[in-house]
Amino acid sequence: MPTEEKPLQFADVNNDIVRSLVVTGRNYYITLGIAMFVALACFFFPWFYQLYYGIGAAGMNHPTVWGTYLASFIFWIGLSHSGTLLSCVLHITNSEWRKAMYRSAEAMTLFSLLVAATMVMVHVGRPWFIHWAAPYPNQMGLWPNFKSPLLFDVMAITTYLTGSLIFIYMGSIPDFAAVRDRTSGWRRHLYVLLSLGWRGTDTEWHRLGWAYTFLAVLIIPLAVSVHSIVSWDFAMSLVPGLHQTIFAPYFVVGAIYSGTAGIVTVMFVLRKYMNFEHLITQLHFDNLGKLLLFLSLLWTYINMLELFTGWYSGTSAEYEQIKYKLTGFYAPLYWEMILFCAVAPLLMFSTKFRTSFVPMLVLSIAINIGMYTERFLIIATTLSRQYLPDAWGVYVPSLVEISILVGSLAVFVTLFLIFVKIFPSVSIYEVKETMPQPRKREANLES
Amino acid sequence: MNFIDRFVAGWAKYRKPGYYEDFDYAWTMTIDLDRCSGCGACVTACQAENNIPIVGEEELRKGREMQWIRIERYWEGEYPNAKLKFIPMLCQHCDAAPCETVCPVSATYHNQDGLNTQIYNRCIGTRSCAVYCPYEVRYFNYYDHHWDAPLEQQLNPDVTVREKGVMEKCTFCVQRIRQAKDHAKDDGRRRLRDGDVQPACVQSCPTEALNFGDRKDSSSKVYRSMHDPRAYHVLEELNTLPSVVYLKKVETHAD
Repeated sequence: MPTEEKPLQFADVNNDIVRSLVVTGRNYYITLGIAMFVALACFFFPWFYQLYYGIGAAGMNHPTVWGTYLASFIFWIGLSHSGTLLSCVLHITNSEWRKAMYRSAEAMTLFSLLVAATMVMVHVGRPWFIHWAAPYPNQMGLWPNFKSPLLFDVMAITTYLTGSLIFIYMGSIPDFAAVRDRTSGWRRHLYVLLSLGWRGTDTEWHRLGWAYTFLAVLIIPLAVSVHSIVSWDFAMSLVPGLHQTIFAPYFVVGAIYSGTAGIVTVMFVLRKYMNFEHLITQLHFDNLGKLLLFLSLLWTYINMLELFTGWYSGTSAEYEQIKYKLTGFYAPLYWEMILFCAVAPLLMFSTKFRTSFVPMLVLSIAINIGMYTERFLIIATTLSRQYLPDAWGVYVPSLVEISILVGSLAVFVTLFLIFVKIFPSVSIYEVKETMPQPRKREANLES
Repeated sequence: MNFIDRFVAGWAKYRKPGYYEDFDYAWTMTIDLDRCSGCGACVTACQAENNIPIVGEEELRKGREMQWIRIERYWEGEYPNAKLKFIPMLCQHCDAAPCETVCPVSATYHNQDGLNTQIYNRCIGTRSCAVYCPYEVRYFNYYDHHWDAPLEQQLNPDVTVREKGVMEKCTFCVQRIRQAKDHAKDDGRRRLRDGDVQPACVQSCPTEALNFGDRKDSSSKVYRSMHDPRAYHVLEELNTLPSVVYLKKVETHAD
């Protein structure tokens, strides 16, 4: 019997995905080991060094008091944005091609948010008092400042994190049950707990579907609001170049853009190393490519608009800001960003490019490098050229900052690697929905 | 009065426009740029009074010097006809201060004297106030600073030594204001008189370019000088309502 021609059976999906959880190769352990080592050496060690000696270990100085830590924070929040948001939008619009990828996309959301929250801890001067930013009854009788956009931020991110966690967990319950029925030992105990006694009755499916759609509708405005609120941290200041109404849509579009690119990267890796070739196909890359192209055009438009607004204001501070951005100290970075995020994505007009895996991987990584640069530039160019020329200065990240940036990537990879061994990283039941119904008679004839 | 009425009334009281007009005092400083010679006595006096750390050569090169009051120098024109102008720049104690709204933990707030205060113990070091401040007068403690052996003897016991990770800035020498109020109370006076209190920078200014007082008191020196026709605020267009008033330097056209 030629196995290649046999259509994919329901059991194959189950087996494939359970195999990805249970069978662990040497390569996995090596990768996990490297990721954990890099996380320890490049993230936690420099962080403890900085905690001990003070924020001075980073390169921030007098006019530029914010640096790469905050840029990384926005970057990770941005990366988080396409996961759950994209998954929700595609769920509501009934896009079939979502089903193979959404679980890993949602996991990306969760872990990027966790890393982003950690970046805030790295950023502030006294992280041991960070809980003061949360409204809780305390013996000091003090509340946080509800007028502060930073406080809005704390609220928005906590809400988004909780929402995303519930959403990914609820969508995985039937899969946990499926895995529960096929594993033994400690895994079985774990999945018995996680699947919450799921039996697969009609009532259960009905309730799951209803609750899932409800949450999806709830999370879309939440995702948009989170990044708008992150942008207010900047836009509510008086700093020329930051004080712009365009910032909320600018950040939201940028977030979805970098997040979608991140999904392309993750999907390539999953496809290649988890053997999901028949689940993640050219169709997914084609569709994501179209979305990326659209977002890149939107992003380019908003960038031009940002320059226009500055020019239209007609104030000397804004002029200086634009001049500095386009030709000043950070100009090479600016033009790199334009190349990676506005020019290179135009390649995706070609269907051939969208359906080839390696070029899409390279482009998706380039886009995220460009988007990181964007976040860095938003902080560095504006803060180093503010109103009083006497207080102008230049900021260059220190070794500790660069190390923590690299390390945060390793933290993310570590979390993701642990995730793929606990969560079924491709949704079992939703992939089955896209497959033809099995025919009993044929199966009987074959056996 | 039910809960909602009380809430609305409380809200209206809190949101009252111009609420800062009702403060006990409205401390104001005027800086006469015509008199300022840029000598830097105010900078030194401030450094001594407020336990401001000397960050050292390396930190200075990184641009992390700390001066609650600094002399900004602006050159005008090319070499033979070059002109040098000074503007002493310190916390403007804005009545509509951008730094106060952004602090997530309210570590900086407006007190009943119209001062923009910084609570070091409450600060978690987000540094957002320094970003929001258009005058760039907030300074961050990047490290724990220490004073070598005999020098710690000259620290002012009335002023906190700040730890790492905390923002700091000019307080209008709030410790002196507090002390003057205590003395006034001992003398049985309800209010301070003009001249009862002087911040270190004002006290040390050799040309008396700096003046300090209560602008609610119409007989005060500072009230008179802030109504001078030369008076202006720096970056007035941002509408931060600063409490520091500058008196414009009069241009002399000798040629």
